[in-house]
Amino acid sequence: MEIVLVGLNHRTAPVEVRERVSFNAEQTRRAAEELRARGILEETLVLSTCNRSEVYGVPPESSHECAPGLSSFLSEFHSVRHDVLSVSLYHHYDQEAVRHLFQVAAGLDSMLLGEAEILGQVREAYRFAHEHGATGPVLNRLFQGALEVGKRVRTETELGTRPMSAASAGVKLAERIFGKLSERKALVLGAGAMSEQVVSQLRDRGIAQLHVMNRSREKAEELAKEFGGKVVAWGEWDTALQTPDVLVSSVSAEEPVLGRDIVARAMAARGNRALFLMDLGVPRNIDPKVAELYNVYVYNTDDLTEIVQQNRNARESEIPHAQGIVEEHVSKFLSWQASVELVGLVDALRKKLREERAAFIRSRMEPMKHLSESDRAQVEKLMDEMLEKVLLEPAQRLRGERELRRKIQNVEALRDLFLSNREKP
Amino acid sequence: MNHLFPILTALAYAASFGLYVRFLAAGNKLTGRLGTVLLGVGLILHYFALLERSRGLHTVPYHDLYGSMSLFGWLLALTYLGLELYHRQRSVGALVLPFILVFFLAAQFAPADRLSPPDAHGPTFAFHVTLNILAYSAFALSFVLSLMFLVEERLLRSHKLGGVVWRLPPLELLERMSQSSVLVGLVSISIGTAFGFLWVYRLSDKYSFYDPKYAITLLVLILYAAYFRLARTGAWRGARASKMCIFNFVIVFLSFTVVNLYLTHNHRFF
Repeated sequence: MEIVLVGLNHRTAPVEVRERVSFNAEQTRRAAEELRARGILEETLVLSTCNRSEVYGVPPESSHECAPGLSSFLSEFHSVRHDVLSVSLYHHYDQEAVRHLFQVAAGLDSMLLGEAEILGQVREAYRFAHEHGATGPVLNRLFQGALEVGKRVRTETELGTRPMSAASAGVKLAERIFGKLSERKALVLGAGAMSEQVVSQLRDRGIAQLHVMNRSREKAEELAKEFGGKVVAWGEWDTALQTPDVLVSSVSAEEPVLGRDIVARAMAARGNRALFLMDLGVPRNIDPKVAELYNVYVYNTDDLTEIVQQNRNARESEIPHAQGIVEEHVSKFLSWQASVELVGLVDALRKKLREERAAFIRSRMEPMKHLSESDRAQVEKLMDEMLEKVLLEPAQRLRGERELRRKIQNVEALRDLFLSNREKP
Repeated sequence: MNHLFPILTALAYAASFGLYVRFLAAGNKLTGRLGTVLLGVGLILHYFALLERSRGLHTVPYHDLYGSMSLFGWLLALTYLGLELYHRQRSVGALVLPFILVFFLAAQFAPADRLSPPDAHGPTFAFHVTLNILAYSAFALSFVLSLMFLVEERLLRSHKLGGVVWRLPPLELLERMSQSSVLVGLVSISIGTAFGFLWVYRLSDKYSFYDPKYAITLLVLILYAAYFRLARTGAWRGARASKMCIFNFVIVFLSFTVVNLYLTHNHRFF
């Protein structure tokens, strides 16, 4: 009941390799089927995201023996030369494979530390494999554990709570003021890449209405069309500033495009409803004096970058806590794995002892022909009772005591001690 | 008197406080829910503690200062729990629970043997006092919410966010919660005062209609009504309204302390 993992990620493979080895839904299903049909794996799960492609499995034989076959399969499946692929692949076995998956689910192995999407991707990969019958008891238990780790890390640590980009930090700040953005309106000045990033974040947070203002109306229309917004003519400040709750500015301009007077006039017209201004332009697009106005909150690029840096530090400081949760669950999984194996071991031991007992009685009873059939049966019964007594307590303790299972996780040693190769379960 | 209910109540409130603080710091939803559950348990136990105390002393909870404080704490907890469930926001719990705990614990130091037998005031009087204490507890809650608003607003404006700002409720929600709380207070104080006047009217030979407490209660009513109106208008919404709410509570505090102890005869019940 070993576990093997073969895969590559953003650390080991460049994007050109990652994109060639990624799996779509159909490929995922087909790969799982082929791996089981060829006898490489008994249970299979493919986890494929933009930053990683990993195959988890339970091999019929030793995990170390099946890894080369798995690598060759990946190479053949994606038509990538084996020597090209092999330099990017990592192999993990048993405890290391479990730890790796739990770290992935926790967001500890992500490009952006603590990112939330990976947990959903792990959940989806598991659901897909489970629905197609590719998983079995081991991978079911493993992935349920991984989902639990991911959930705990997200609720018990700060690893995934704070925004890690200027755009998301700005949007999260807006939520600190207004709460959910689903009933809020936003105005975006500029239609460049930075604006697009923020608009995408705002859309993800369900912003109710989006207006785009840009010197080039054509570009404004493009952005508005992409995100379902409306275009506002450049410079019509008095009307444009009356409705939005959030304003994002990212235009190229030598002088601030929004002065104190313009915003003051707008605030008076809008009855001092709070206004959150995100100035992502360099040089700044919004006059710093605007921040003095009542109910106006202004954050520029430096402010947001500083917040992102603070958040990055805060996330990094949470790594030991998250790692602690990972280790706790690794230990739990290994304990479960050992318990399943140990129960099998006890059954095999019982069978062997019964055979030994039968042979022993046959040889030793030969000189004791004076015993009646019932006496012989009585002796056999007594020996059976003794064997059960010898096995009963350890078997019960193995089922009940997690700590004991943890201590004797190396079941192989016990097998070697009591059973010959032929008799191993 | 049996001390089981007071001890269990204090433990439930303290545990709830701890969980709310942990929720604020780490954001674990389960911790927050447990905090709410324990607050609910504390409320039930507190009710029985009040009941037991009243039975033991053969009087109503508001007959003395300590009983009034305990009742105040209970109504504060009740109002807060109502607001928490209505607005689905738990981050305020960590700041409200200390007040509830302080009022509850302070009430336990009552020199009960010094109490004089109460007058038979009747249900009208009971409604009058209970509703007014409910109003004061709702105003206290709006005070905490407004204070929280000002602190968070200052942090956001000065860009000094730290870790906790990401856990606090949004500013607009704090405003709404404060306004809800004031609304509860306004309704309670209006009905409670009407009951008071009805009671005085019935006993006009014994009690006077001229009492400084009436004037300050009217002032409190006007100030909170003004807050309720202004908090939704342009020039006042936001920090200014919150400052006004804090000022209003200072008047409530004066009404509850200085006026009750030194200026009024009709309302000096302790």
